[in-house]
Amino acid sequence: MITESQYDDKAVDFREMVAAGDYFLHTLKKGQVIRILDLEGNQAADTLFFNAEDPGERYSAMDTIREQGNVYLTAGSVLRSNENNPMLEIIADTCGRHDTLGGACATESNTVRYALEKRCMHACRDSWMLAIAEHPEYGLDKRDISHNINFFMNVPVTEAGGLTFADGISAPGKYVEMRACMDVIVLISNCPQLNNPCNGYNPTPVAVLIWDQ
Amino acid sequence: MNEYQYSTEIPGGGHWSFRMRRGTQLRLTDLHGGGNAGMLFYNPENLLERYNAPDTLKCQHTFRLSRGNCLYSDMGRIFASIIEDDHGWHDTVCGNTRYSHIAEKWGARDYQHHRNGWFQNGHDAFLVEMEKYGLNRQDLAANVNWFSKVATDKEGNLYLDDTTARAGDRVVLRFEMDTLVILHSCPHPLSQADSYPALPIQVELGLAAPIASDDVCRNWCEENQRGFQNNALYHLGT
Repeated sequence: MITESQYDDKAVDFREMVAAGDYFLHTLKKGQVIRILDLEGNQAADTLFFNAEDPGERYSAMDTIREQGNVYLTAGSVLRSNENNPMLEIIADTCGRHDTLGGACATESNTVRYALEKRCMHACRDSWMLAIAEHPEYGLDKRDISHNINFFMNVPVTEAGGLTFADGISAPGKYVEMRACMDVIVLISNCPQLNNPCNGYNPTPVAVLIWDQ
Repeated sequence: MNEYQYSTEIPGGGHWSFRMRRGTQLRLTDLHGGGNAGMLFYNPENLLERYNAPDTLKCQHTFRLSRGNCLYSDMGRIFASIIEDDHGWHDTVCGNTRYSHIAEKWGARDYQHHRNGWFQNGHDAFLVEMEKYGLNRQDLAANVNWFSKVATDKEGNLYLDDTTARAGDRVVLRFEMDTLVILHSCPHPLSQADSYPALPIQVELGLAAPIASDDVCRNWCEENQRGFQNNALYHLGT
């Protein structure tokens, strides 16, 4: 569902670029609004959320899609934790659909999906591992790294039970915006995947904007 | 196929766990039809390695699990292969019931009044078994829901299709590496049953036949052939 933002990007309280293949780690306060902006189009932002007070509580793709009864995320979707609590709500979306079934690329799964020799290509799960290793103050470890949202990614499910990776439905300037229902740690891997159409084979930067109210 | 050497019945709303060895197989039977078996998988030698539903689905370009599919860990390895399946479509995206779901659908029941007729939920059932191995909610990944067909319409809306369930449906898993299996027999979270569906699941264990060159799981797709190569590397020297 295409829903435009109510927020003025000139009045933003925080803005940061996330380079292609880099990660973003930040604590969002309850009530704050975060926008992820696809600057050049066809980029995938592989995102995890954690309860900042208790990182053992984290975004759960399964709880989220079960409670909303639909596999796709868009404006109106409530992002739920493994305790089935609302963590954030998507309040604006100019892309129309985001994936939470496909998970993140990993060097290990790349060996299966593409070729055994692809093991040393950079992958999202490596970005997350580096993020939690470099920031012990967040209290995250590997067991917290679970299933994620792929913002701007298109993974259609067919009625016959198929799953395909299609060209992105994003474009330069498309964005998704969420309001936090609790204090949440946001961990984004700006996807470095070069082997499938999720990035148009060309990883590019995204921007993160945050409004305090 | 070799004879199964052990058989047990998990009553509806029950839970169970076992360390399956590489080269063994596990047969589940939906005894009455309409049952559900939730299942999790861990590497007992490194409990941080666990079943990864997204990798399993995208490696095989499928939303449903059936014969020929393999169950992948987050380390690019295969825990188990689905070598037989009467049901044809198993869910791995809907997760579990929680206490609140059960109470809302079928009313709260407690142990003091209802004894073993109380209504256990899938989330708690998993946590009980997981804690026995030092695992907790942080380790709770997506599970498989055996015997539950969850499909989508064109808009992506989910529904549980119970029209295909038959008494006696079986699914057989062949273990490709040592695997800690956690199981519950609690209802599927999308169940619309009038009363709590306390349906038993039969579990049988035995030895698997050697993997033949025409093995349906290994040859299902090129991805699975590479997954088996990763397992072979993992077992190098054993």
